[in-house]
Amino acid sequence: MKMKLRTSLLLALLCAVAALPSVVFSQQDWFRTGTGLGVEKIRLAVPSFAARSKEVETPTGVFNSVLLNDLELSGVIELVSPSFYPLQAPTRLDELKPEAWTASPTNAHMVAFGNLQYSGNQLVVEAWLSDVRNPQAAPVLAKRYRGELTEDSARALAHQFADEIIERLSGGLPGIARTQIAFVSDRSGSKEIWAMDYDGYNQRQLTRCGFLCLTPRWSPDSTKIAYTGYERGEVPRNMIQIYSLVLNRRVAFPAYPGTTTTPAWSPDGTEIAFSSSQSGDPEIYIASADGSRTRRLTHSRGVDVSPAFNRRTGQQIAFVSDRGGSPQIYLMSADGSGVERLTSGEGYAVSPAWSPNGQLLAFAWQRSNSSFDIYVMDVATRQTVQLTRNSGRNEQPSWAPDGRHLVFQSTRSGRNQIWMMLADGSGLRQLTFEGSNTAPSWSWK
Amino acid sequence: MRIRRGVSWTLVVVLLLILTGAACKKKPPAPPPTPQPPPAPSAPTATLRAVPSTIEQGQSSALSWNSTNATELRIEPDVGSVGPQGSTNVSPERSTTYTLVARGPGGQAEASARVTVNVPPTPPTPVVPEAMEKAFQRMVRDAYFDFDKADIRPDGRVALAQTAEFMRQYPEARLLIEGHCDERGSTEYNLGLGDRRANAAKDYLVSLGISAARLETVSYGKERPFCFESNEECWQSNRRAHFVILPPRGGR
Repeated sequence: MKMKLRTSLLLALLCAVAALPSVVFSQQDWFRTGTGLGVEKIRLAVPSFAARSKEVETPTGVFNSVLLNDLELSGVIELVSPSFYPLQAPTRLDELKPEAWTASPTNAHMVAFGNLQYSGNQLVVEAWLSDVRNPQAAPVLAKRYRGELTEDSARALAHQFADEIIERLSGGLPGIARTQIAFVSDRSGSKEIWAMDYDGYNQRQLTRCGFLCLTPRWSPDSTKIAYTGYERGEVPRNMIQIYSLVLNRRVAFPAYPGTTTTPAWSPDGTEIAFSSSQSGDPEIYIASADGSRTRRLTHSRGVDVSPAFNRRTGQQIAFVSDRGGSPQIYLMSADGSGVERLTSGEGYAVSPAWSPNGQLLAFAWQRSNSSFDIYVMDVATRQTVQLTRNSGRNEQPSWAPDGRHLVFQSTRSGRNQIWMMLADGSGLRQLTFEGSNTAPSWSWK
Repeated sequence: MRIRRGVSWTLVVVLLLILTGAACKKKPPAPPPTPQPPPAPSAPTATLRAVPSTIEQGQSSALSWNSTNATELRIEPDVGSVGPQGSTNVSPERSTTYTLVARGPGGQAEASARVTVNVPPTPPTPVVPEAMEKAFQRMVRDAYFDFDKADIRPDGRVALAQTAEFMRQYPEARLLIEGHCDERGSTEYNLGLGDRRANAAKDYLVSLGISAARLETVSYGKERPFCFESNEECWQSNRRAHFVILPPRGGR
């Protein structure tokens, strides 16, 4: 059953790729990622980094597990099983015996190795990445990182080394090991905005709304999060709020009459699009990020919500409208002109999210008689690929800055939780476990 | 003779010692050449203005500032680090004094501007009169909706006609209309749909002659359901415009 699903997904992807003009995907490898199409993945061996002294033993353990996890999550590397490793693991460049790693059954293409030590009151990591099939060449990476002697510091240095490995082995696309995910959690008793590292570590509450805060979106420079806020009162007040992670508190954005929801940042961070019912029903508006110069973009009876700027050009806005009956995804220019429907009209299509290269839209779609699933559309051709299926309710996709990963909310394990996957639907990983967690937004860098 | 010479020698030596000792003690150290003081860095200047300086709650005021000879400028609260001149909009909840601190090599300058916020007066512990509350309980029923729709159904018209009658009987009464949705749609779209449901109920009451000024609305989307099961009965009970009685406005 699983095999069959896998095959049909692969077939669907093959058809989609074949049908698309080659130009569209010349810049990206996500369709091939994880499906084994075209490119052989690099086989990387990562023997444990050695602890040079007693005080670095705990940080070394953290470093090793974080590095392996980052590389595994990257989706561009095939990690060699440690049971195939040679007995002697190098901890310095002069200890590396390339032929021992290229031989069967290891068959490694690359080896990442090194050590941690305590010197000059600092944690020092020496790290190498070697192309063992070209033993004469200089190592691909030879790094020395310094930080505090803490587990958090070891974690940060492992993320840094992982990002450098990924960047080298994926043709220059950035690693995501140091990115953040914002989301809504009810675990404190009210729905609040939370943030976490991309791997689910370091989950922390940002807002103290005490009532209802929803729909977080990172600013492109990762310093602020805009969201839909509610304040208690005889007549409850609803508005867009902006939380600064630099100042650790809210910064000003005006309140409008009516319902004001779903803020979204322009890629240069100067403007915010949002939905407001100040005219009587929910329409898309745009304003400067300080709240000045508010303009109305849509003029259509019905609900218009969830605007999303094209992340590369800033010139297009995708949004959700029920002007044609059920909610569907529409596209317009950033000045409100040229509105067209993107989805077929079938079912219930919501939550548009642009890929970083501005070519793909991920969205949640409930087709007739099925649950919500995550789909990706190539906007130029309207070709659509289904990424999740037969596993609960899947909504609110958001792209990682590498364009290879998506985060979304899913009920596949019970209550809503935040999950990560590769952009071909493989490599699923649950990131949250406590309370109900929804509406993930991946930082832009 | 010989002795006298010896004595006078000793005297001379002793006198000399005393003299030089005294001289050494008295002699002040050679004063170092007075250094030419470097030109003192000019002291920073700073101005800060708020226009308008008085706003209603929820409105914004424009802060604009100017500075000279400053390398580091901060406006507190809410704004943070800023450039040497510029402007930004603030919308404080309460009256706030903004302070610009400009630091430079020549020292520090401060400027402040106060934004007075007119908070709408809230009558002390407003209460709904008991008779009004009882009539509300007896007459006012929520209006229910079909899935993904914000149209007032025939049963909704009957309920809203009763609500309008209540509003006519109690001309002081004010209502909050909450728009609610079932769990099946998305959070974001339902915030919009809930707004349409609340406004559909409001518009219908206005069409029956009730002043819009007596009707407040809020959309909760699917965030505050009345029923928590996943079946049609429960979903139907969550698709509604829900009425909450508000205390009469003081002084009216």
